[in-house]
Amino acid sequence: MTALWVLAEQRRGLLQPVSLEILGRGRELADRHGLLLEAVLLGNGVETLAEDLFAAGAEAVYLADHPLLADYSADAYAAVLEQLVREHRPDILLLGHTAVGRDLAPVVAARLETGLSAHVTGLEIDERGLLRQIVPAWGGRGMCAILCPQARPQMATVRPGVLPRPLLQPGRTGRLVRVEVALDLAAIRTRLLDFVPQETAAQPLTEAEVVVAGGAGLGDREGWHLVERLAEVLGAAVGGTRPPLDQGWIGEGQMIGQSGVTVRPRLYIGIGISGEMQHTVGIRDAGVVVAINCDPRARIFQEADFGIVGDAREVVPLLIAALEGETRG
Amino acid sequence: MEIVVCVKPVPDPRQWSKISLDPQTKVLRREGVEMVINPLDRHALEAALQIRQSLGGRVRVLSMAPLSTLEVLRETLALGADEAVLLSDRAFAGSDTLATVRVLAAGIRRWGIRPDLVLCGAESADGSTGQVGPQLAVLLGIASLSYVCGLEEVTPERVIARWQMEEGYARVEVCLPAVLTLTRACNRPRGITMLGVVQARGKPLSVWTAADLGIDPSQVGLSGSPTQMGDLWMPESGRRQEILPGKPEEAVQALLERLRELAVLPERPGRKR
Ligand SMILES: Cc1cc2nc3c(=O)[nH]c(=O)nc-3n(C[C@H](O)[C@H](O)[C@H](O)COP(=O)(O)OP(=O)(O)OC[C@H]3O[C@@H](n4cnc5c(N)ncnc54)[C@H](O)[C@@H]3O)c2cc1C
Ligand SMILES: Nc1ncnc2c1ncn2[C@@H]1O[C@H](COP(=O)(O)O)[C@@H](O)[C@H]1O
Repeated sequence: MTALWVLAEQRRGLLQPVSLEILGRGRELADRHGLLLEAVLLGNGVETLAEDLFAAGAEAVYLADHPLLADYSADAYAAVLEQLVREHRPDILLLGHTAVGRDLAPVVAARLETGLSAHVTGLEIDERGLLRQIVPAWGGRGMCAILCPQARPQMATVRPGVLPRPLLQPGRTGRLVRVEVALDLAAIRTRLLDFVPQETAAQPLTEAEVVVAGGAGLGDREGWHLVERLAEVLGAAVGGTRPPLDQGWIGEGQMIGQSGVTVRPRLYIGIGISGEMQHTVGIRDAGVVVAINCDPRARIFQEADFGIVGDAREVVPLLIAALEGETRG
Repeated sequence: MEIVVCVKPVPDPRQWSKISLDPQTKVLRREGVEMVINPLDRHALEAALQIRQSLGGRVRVLSMAPLSTLEVLRETLALGADEAVLLSDRAFAGSDTLATVRVLAAGIRRWGIRPDLVLCGAESADGSTGQVGPQLAVLLGIASLSYVCGLEEVTPERVIARWQMEEGYARVEVCLPAVLTLTRACNRPRGITMLGVVQARGKPLSVWTAADLGIDPSQVGLSGSPTQMGDLWMPESGRRQEILPGKPEEAVQALLERLRELAVLPERPGRKR
């Protein structure tokens, strides 16, 4: 039986949620198409995580536990993955499109001389048994299916927050395969020195149930303050487009879209945002989308459920007042 | 320092609204969309020029693209690159990232240099795979680090780079030679000057074909690409697209009604749950 492999990415002993998301989808594909679902876990002292991987549906976990795998380096991680793939020949190898995944996957694919697609938002298996890797094209204006007909494994990095999180079934078990690895410090050419965290927003954007996002249309810091106040009243997380990032109104992790994060709140309110596709790809999975923009032809209205045509400086204070009145009353 | 900057000409992302998909023929229509230097590659070039300024050396620009983009490359010379080569051949058409890096690596071999540093954009506006840099490193047998958002220290032996991660950045020591792919946070690219344009005329700008590179055509282009593009489609937004009419007060009230009906407003606004 051919196998679908998922790299279970952990950082400091914590599994990245996207790894579980991929396992969830992998489980569905494996059940429907008769594949084995197996995870690969690299790190140092991370054996206990295997339980979570079994609970998410993995039938086997290949565990490479080594001091030189404690911190990520493309050289060490790619060497181990290449060795494992050459030995076990999985048909499919999936990684999360995280900082680590997007750095590691291309190196592994080149070493194996196989194909790789990035930013994948959907995975299907076609009638020939080939993996259809759905990716946004043209900055999100279109969608495209990528195939890898001959080379193996078929590789893809999957966007975090797009696939649904699976229900974990604690107590489900599987096969734990400990892997011998020989790593040489001298062959590792990048070294992690330290980590500098970013000021984090009060609420993680990717988890938020309500998101208020602003764009260039807010004009200045004072205008931007409206976004923050509305978010406060709603208990929402704050996001934005690229101009606010350039202006320093938001941090790197708060930009929504193609080069930023994907959000999937119940409610998204976009203010002073034109609705370029590079932004709206990041809100495809939002429940209800509201747009406030003074230009009736702004593209955001085509991507919105409800729109108010008007000046943010007028509309947003009214909205804040109405919501505040509601809590009081 | 021998520095190579990989530059990809892309359809101007600011004009993408002009791109449409012909519903009948399923062919992408992009008339009137100009080709420009991939925005992030400007940051890669800027970093290269700054490093040359402090450490000396040569900045070479390498690009695989159709012949019609030669003028785009001339711009990199005007910005300050010492030399540019366009790798162009029918045989390269349809290359995916692996086939592309085979061509780029062959270009570097043909120069007969061992670059200390290869700089790329973190991703291209149209492909946006972010794969070309790291894969080129594999073919060149050197180190790589992608999505670099700052360069703290560059010496002929090593770079201390800021590696963009989800919740911040890591400082990473990279042994040279290496490929780094850069985000826009690295620097502010300079603009073009008249003097630069004049000086560019005297700089070498060459075109090399598959034959010049001695490349096996089956290894590049569509036939050398492990991945294939399947169908392409433009999804409908699937949204209600309801504009709420009336004065701002009325529109706001109508909005709140809709949101209440759909039960998407937090039950206790203002309080985290
Ligand atoms: C490769 C690439 C990747 C990118 N990735 C991303 C990404 O991940 N995320 C992202 O967001 N962008 C990204 N961009 C940028 C993107 O193309 C757009 O430029 C950006 O999203 C536009 O931001 P905006 O809507 O805030 O600004 P603008 O397009 O300038 O729109 C401002 C809007 O505000 C409205 N407005 C003005 N004044 C008012 C007012 N008083 N009240 C109400 N409305 C007002 C205007 O009508 C206009 O529609 C990327 C670009 C490229 C090339
Ligand atoms: N055809 C090409 N010619 C030269 N450089 C390229 C080419 N394609 C990609 N690159 C480089 O690789 C980076 C990432 O591109 P991509 O992998 O397509 O996202 C770009 O910013 C360029 O620096």
